Amino acid sequence: MNTDRKLTSEEKEAKKKEMIMFLSSSEEKEHFLSKQNRKLISDPLNDNNPITVQVLGICSALAITVQLEPAIVMAVAVIAVVAFSNVIISLLRNMIPNRIRIIVQLVVVASLVILVDQILKAYAYDVSKQLSVFVGLIITNCIVMGRLEAFALGNGAWKSFLDGIGNGAGYGLILIIVAFFRELLGSGKLFGYEVLGHRAATVADSTGLYSIGYENNGLMLLSPMALIIVGIIIWVQRSRNRKLIEEN
Amino acid sequence: MEEKPVNKTNSNGYTFMFAVIMVVVVASVLAFTATSLQPIQNVNVREEKMQNILATVGVDSVEVDGVPTFLSREMVQEYYDKFITQSLALRADGSVDESVNAFKVDLAKELGKPVEEQIYPLYIANIKGEKYYVIPLRGKGLWDAIWGYIALKDDLNTVKGAVFDHKGETPGLGAEITKVWFQHRFENERVFDDEGNLVGVSAVKGSLGNSNKEDNRVDAISGATITSKGVSNMISERLKHYLPYFKKQEGFKVAIQ
Repeated sequence: MNTDRKLTSEEKEAKKKEMIMFLSSSEEKEHFLSKQNRKLISDPLNDNNPITVQVLGICSALAITVQLEPAIVMAVAVIAVVAFSNVIISLLRNMIPNRIRIIVQLVVVASLVILVDQILKAYAYDVSKQLSVFVGLIITNCIVMGRLEAFALGNGAWKSFLDGIGNGAGYGLILIIVAFFRELLGSGKLFGYEVLGHRAATVADSTGLYSIGYENNGLMLLSPMALIIVGIIIWVQRSRNRKLIEEN
Repeated sequence: MEEKPVNKTNSNGYTFMFAVIMVVVVASVLAFTATSLQPIQNVNVREEKMQNILATVGVDSVEVDGVPTFLSREMVQEYYDKFITQSLALRADGSVDESVNAFKVDLAKELGKPVEEQIYPLYIANIKGEKYYVIPLRGKGLWDAIWGYIALKDDLNTVKGAVFDHKGETPGLGAEITKVWFQHRFENERVFDDEGNLVGVSAVKGSLGNSNKEDNRVDAISGATITSKGVSNMISERLKHYLPYFKKQEGFKVAIQ
């Protein structure tokens, strides 16, 4: 009995320490995936989406959504950069001199971006070539700096991590939706596989939808179409979620 | 007497120390990652170089069991060894330097040396009895370096194919030089004019479309004038280095009408 009790209290201590590692001392102890923490992930996916509601990070959404694969790689890269820069800044937040905090944030984001870029160049060379300058430009993505200033500087590491994952995923979700429609309607493929049939030189030789005269929509491959699809997503989202509509 | 509580993170000394430590830590992390990933990245670059050289001579897909398949980086070494029969390192006077491995020559470095020390790599491909000369290119785009390869047919005048790549050109504008539709325009163009002068192939406005192969010109990319000019300059400048070597070749018969 006695030893049992001792063990449990030791375990409790260990757990407490673990919690303190993740949560800042000022915060109340709460479960890792409490309702509040889950909201940190779910909010940016819908009600507070960085692209459709905050209208941030649009430029890369236009440029790299012609195909699904680079869009997914970009989404993963942004999730990693936002999440880890959030954690790092959150851990350092009581140490960072206020006067140089923006520089510190930039250095953290820039080094993470370089890491991601180097890893892509080593293990996903072809995709990294397709993404070209846009991985490097994650540093200028307003979502990243925005989350650091607005969230990580005032919250604990675990919360900041969730917030980063949530916002990165919210960004990635829109990217993937846009890329899905652009690749499907623009080139009749998904992940490079011909899903609508094979398009040959003549209608008679073609298979699938192309055999009944279907044509790819070349406009889908041009950047303006990404803007239009983002617009449609915003429209659909606001018509289903009345509280997003600004009163004027 | 009590001391005033001072927020230590706002003092000059602390700020300075923080910056110094941060820079050292970040620099070491980045240096470590870059060095440890370097070998893998080099393999990628090497395989891509072989892919590009083969693509300029028309081998961008191969038949595997009768099905045309994209020549992936895993397969490229085999086909490179099969089709590229010679790699020559040329001196400025057109003689071959046997001591240099042409594939490993870094053209960017060579172009920074004095002319008499420069080495120009030349790859000779032999595909189904046809001989092609693949010449590496390097020049300046709008923002950064551009490079590529151009393949000449046996007459050393007609272009077999070209591949271009860039470092930082604007996506949608200058970066379009990497697209097949632009590179296709160079096929069957000539690099010598009717008088037999080396002029290369210039990308300019209004070259009467792709059908005209007589005028040493192709249509440029709208909105990317400087990058297009960069491509033209790169071709004529790099080809010049090979003139001494070309003149020694038997097949060198410039079509002068």
